[in-house]
Amino acid sequence: MNIYGIRAIYIYEMSRTLRTITQSIASPILSTTLYFVVFGAAIGSRMGEIDGISYGAFIIPGLLMLSLLNESISNASFGIYFPKFMGTIYEIHSAPISPMEIVIGFVGAAVSKSVILGLLILATARLFVDYEIAHPVWMVGFLLLTAVTFSLFGFIIGLWADDFQKLQVIPLMVIMPLTFLGGAFYSIDMLPEPWHTVSLFNPVVYLVSGFRWSFYGVADVNVATSLGMICFFMLICLAAITWIFKTGYRLKS
Amino acid sequence: MEPVISIKGITKTYASGLQALKNINLDIHRGEIFALLGPNGAGKTTLINIVCGIVTPSEGSVCVDGHDILNDYRLARARIGLVPQELLTAAFESVEATMNFSRGLFGKPSDPVVIERILRDLSLWDKRKAKVMTLSGGMKRRLLIAKALSHEPQIIFLDEPTAGVDVELRRDMWEMVRQLRERGVTIILTTHYIEEAEEMADRIGVINNGKIIVVEEKATLMDKLGKKQLALTLQAPLTQLPSELLNYPLELSADGYALTYTFDAQQEHSGIHELLRSLDSLGIDFKDLHSSESSLEEIFVSLVKE
Repeated sequence: MNIYGIRAIYIYEMSRTLRTITQSIASPILSTTLYFVVFGAAIGSRMGEIDGISYGAFIIPGLLMLSLLNESISNASFGIYFPKFMGTIYEIHSAPISPMEIVIGFVGAAVSKSVILGLLILATARLFVDYEIAHPVWMVGFLLLTAVTFSLFGFIIGLWADDFQKLQVIPLMVIMPLTFLGGAFYSIDMLPEPWHTVSLFNPVVYLVSGFRWSFYGVADVNVATSLGMICFFMLICLAAITWIFKTGYRLKS
Repeated sequence: MEPVISIKGITKTYASGLQALKNINLDIHRGEIFALLGPNGAGKTTLINIVCGIVTPSEGSVCVDGHDILNDYRLARARIGLVPQELLTAAFESVEATMNFSRGLFGKPSDPVVIERILRDLSLWDKRKAKVMTLSGGMKRRLLIAKALSHEPQIIFLDEPTAGVDVELRRDMWEMVRQLRERGVTIILTTHYIEEAEEMADRIGVINNGKIIVVEEKATLMDKLGKKQLALTLQAPLTQLPSELLNYPLELSADGYALTYTFDAQQEHSGIHELLRSLDSLGIDFKDLHSSESSLEEIFVSLVKE
């Protein structure tokens, strides 16, 4: 195992975050805070409680999930796309490092960033809204699982993308709608049919629901189902990455 | 002696159908400077990229110091440093950070002493805190060499190391390559500056259209394939070659003042003696004569044309 190699990639990626701290940490915190202010403090006070939780508190897990998904995907995809774009990927290809070690380095850094960001957002939210965390261990568990899964997913996008547009198209055209329709701002139980059933095909619903359960003990779907879905998606991503490295797809000629 | 790199039957066909390499067999000796010459698109970079693990071969095998590049890639790659042809450098990292990255990537613990020595050798020590994007082209070229040396490899590939580099820096690089060789590092360089190969290489391989045409010691290659020429400047111009001289491989210049006689350097009998006597008997006077050897460049051009 090339521990030094993994470490080199991890440090390289983390120092990129520090270098771009405004963009990578400050800006997602600011935008999430705006949601808290607008939906939580301003509009939230006029909204009724959902499942016995004030609207401001209700949207916290969903908003956190939203940032977590976006940041995991963008960090991991950019991390591997940029060396490809610059051509510096030659060094990684010619190094005595295995595909799995490369993934651990890049995805490990993206996960670290996402989790740190998630916790910072959570701390910031406290300034505006009162909330409680019923199952802190599960909360961290969901946070980690989601960060890992979507960093893997982002890594795949970064490998697949061969221009900047492709790098953006999935986060903007697929992930963004899914998160907004994934029950971050509402309980899917509030939706009439057929939209309720349609929502069950949205994987983000399971993430948000499970995560909200770890906060308030209430969920739109069964917690075990949520957990199962996250793990299932993670396995798909791992399988895709294994396939990519085995075949050298978009990596090697 | 066992070769340090042994390339056997390497063929590469790209997905586009382009066959870049056709059954390449080549041994690189330990500690030598090997120059791979060839025109653009001959397959030089593909061959290097295969040995370094960047391109997957379609057929054949490569052993680096006894380690197969596919099955035993960790040990094989750890021995190699690659300086790519293009200036592929990170932009925002400092010189020092990118050096540490390279060393770590190749599985070595950080070692500030080694990094300092390499940066000093390449006159980059003063720039260690500078962002890579602020370096000049020549400095980036040196940084790429420094990165390739960061894990103290036994084998260095230099893919067109002096393309677009000024004369002074080119001299510095040649000097550095010699120093590396003195330390026992094997150096494989590709170039289309033939003078570079002529000046530095121990052995030369010529590649064209994906095939190795010739691999020889530099001296042997130049002896074997080199031609010598004797140039005579005449006192009075000739309108045409006299019939007595038609048997000689002679060329008359357009103005009639110069005669060029080409002969094989390998042959014991050059024929110069007879030629001079014939000229004498025909009363053709000359005021100057000099002989010259063909350069590696001319040899190369004739090889590639064939």
